[in-house]
Amino acid sequence: MNQFSYVRPASQQAAIDALTRDSSARFIAGGTNLLDLMKNGVLAPEKLVDINRLPLKNIVLNNNILHIGALALNSEVAAHPLVKTHHPLLSQALLAGASQQLRNMATTGGNMMQRTRCSYFYDITMPCNKRTPGSGCSAIGGMNRMHAIFGDSEQCIAVHPSDMCVALVALDATVLVAGPKGNRRIPFGDFHRLPGTTPDKDNNLGKGELITGIDIPASPFTRNVYYLKVRDRASYAFALVSVAAALDISNNTIRGVRLAMGGVAHKPWRLHEAEKALTGKAPTTENFRIAATVATQSAHPYTHNAFKVPMAQNSIVTALQKAAAV
Amino acid sequence: MSQAPKENPTTPGKKDKHEARRDFLKQSSALMALALTPPLVVKAGENDEAIAGLFEKMPVSMHINGKAYQLSVEPRVTLLDLLREQLALTGTKKGCDHGQCGACTVHVDGQRINSCLTLAVMQEGKKITTIEGLSQGDDLHPVQEAFIKHDGFQCGYCTPGQIMSAVACIREGHAGSPEEIREFMSGNICRCGAYDNIVAAIMDVKQGGHNV
Repeated sequence: MNQFSYVRPASQQAAIDALTRDSSARFIAGGTNLLDLMKNGVLAPEKLVDINRLPLKNIVLNNNILHIGALALNSEVAAHPLVKTHHPLLSQALLAGASQQLRNMATTGGNMMQRTRCSYFYDITMPCNKRTPGSGCSAIGGMNRMHAIFGDSEQCIAVHPSDMCVALVALDATVLVAGPKGNRRIPFGDFHRLPGTTPDKDNNLGKGELITGIDIPASPFTRNVYYLKVRDRASYAFALVSVAAALDISNNTIRGVRLAMGGVAHKPWRLHEAEKALTGKAPTTENFRIAATVATQSAHPYTHNAFKVPMAQNSIVTALQKAAAV
Repeated sequence: MSQAPKENPTTPGKKDKHEARRDFLKQSSALMALALTPPLVVKAGENDEAIAGLFEKMPVSMHINGKAYQLSVEPRVTLLDLLREQLALTGTKKGCDHGQCGACTVHVDGQRINSCLTLAVMQEGKKITTIEGLSQGDDLHPVQEAFIKHDGFQCGYCTPGQIMSAVACIREGHAGSPEEIREFMSGNICRCGAYDNIVAAIMDVKQGGHNV
């Protein structure tokens, strides 16, 4: 690892100031992705700003809005009674990711900030527009089995690796951000970006901005939810395809539904059209199959990942069946 | 035949040449660490609790296996490298060094983590437990005993991490069934494939109602 200087600011403002002043500085929280990237030479910040001592760990319910501090650990959030009661989909998604050791280190904010696991992004001897803008994309004509089938661009076909974020986009969470120009709120679906012509930018955070937490609004999705993760081994692997499914069913009718996918796009991929196709319908496998077809109409697979299209369809159907307990 | 790794023999005896070599390495690396420790050049900024420059070492205090340490480390040193290279606590293994194998698992304030993916300077004031801190004198921890009884290893390299993870898995309440154990031990890879015996060892301790 390259050398770097280290600061542990005593306040949120001092942390933001440190990043605003110094363009080569980065926040470090759990460090599970950042240190890995630094060991591989993908990133070489000259200064790390350790935010772990800032008071951003609380998990509280205020006016039916669940607030989760940016530094709440993935393991704490997954096991928290408020999360399990009000948003079990989030708990399931968190437990599908990483290992217990990593969940004991990884934070809510850090999970959102993790970089793609595209092997060409990690391999500093290969061109990668995300790592070195303008150098080219090695995945488009290379080994692209793990890559995007939605929202990709000619410059980047990497996917976002998070499970937690798939649940949060389905639950219409809001990201709370503090920065040099004050505080702002970003709808979760607008936090991460599609690659377009700027694949080096994963999200819409500005210079010096710090995620302070997330808010999740009250929802009827407390019972009929399921997070399905399909991967190369039974546990401790990134998703080939994952599906967050939440249903609000009464009188054999779907009153509300949320669907999102992971492992298929540069950002957590919400399935709005499929949701529309299901609303007001009966929770039957036939209707789930129609929704799955709608959801994958815009799929754009590459040489090695065409299998993800039927896998995504089948996963949507299975996740909805499990959520509905059909 | 598999045999328990003897990183920290509790009974003094004749040392074979490998153990003698290991002792030599430990002593010389400890001396090296002393020789390389420069005078502390650490300043606290107006808005910072702690700060260290590019080439500066930083004071860090932590408890490791019940003992208080006042250390001086470069910011880029991981907790794993501090334990192994500076403190000669080589029971904690470096497998992948990227959080993919679990060989480096230790407990920080009672929670299991991958020591390869955290910086030593981030552990200021924390209580660390490594595999060397698990036994009570000559008495092995029940999970250590169970790994021997159930032959929960072959080469033994992943074993310290497996055992630290297993102890935490039981304490967390995630050892209720073989399925749950497999899921919550999935961060520890065993390339010899001793998984069945590892699960059996953990189930045995859990069902035996041992105080872990």
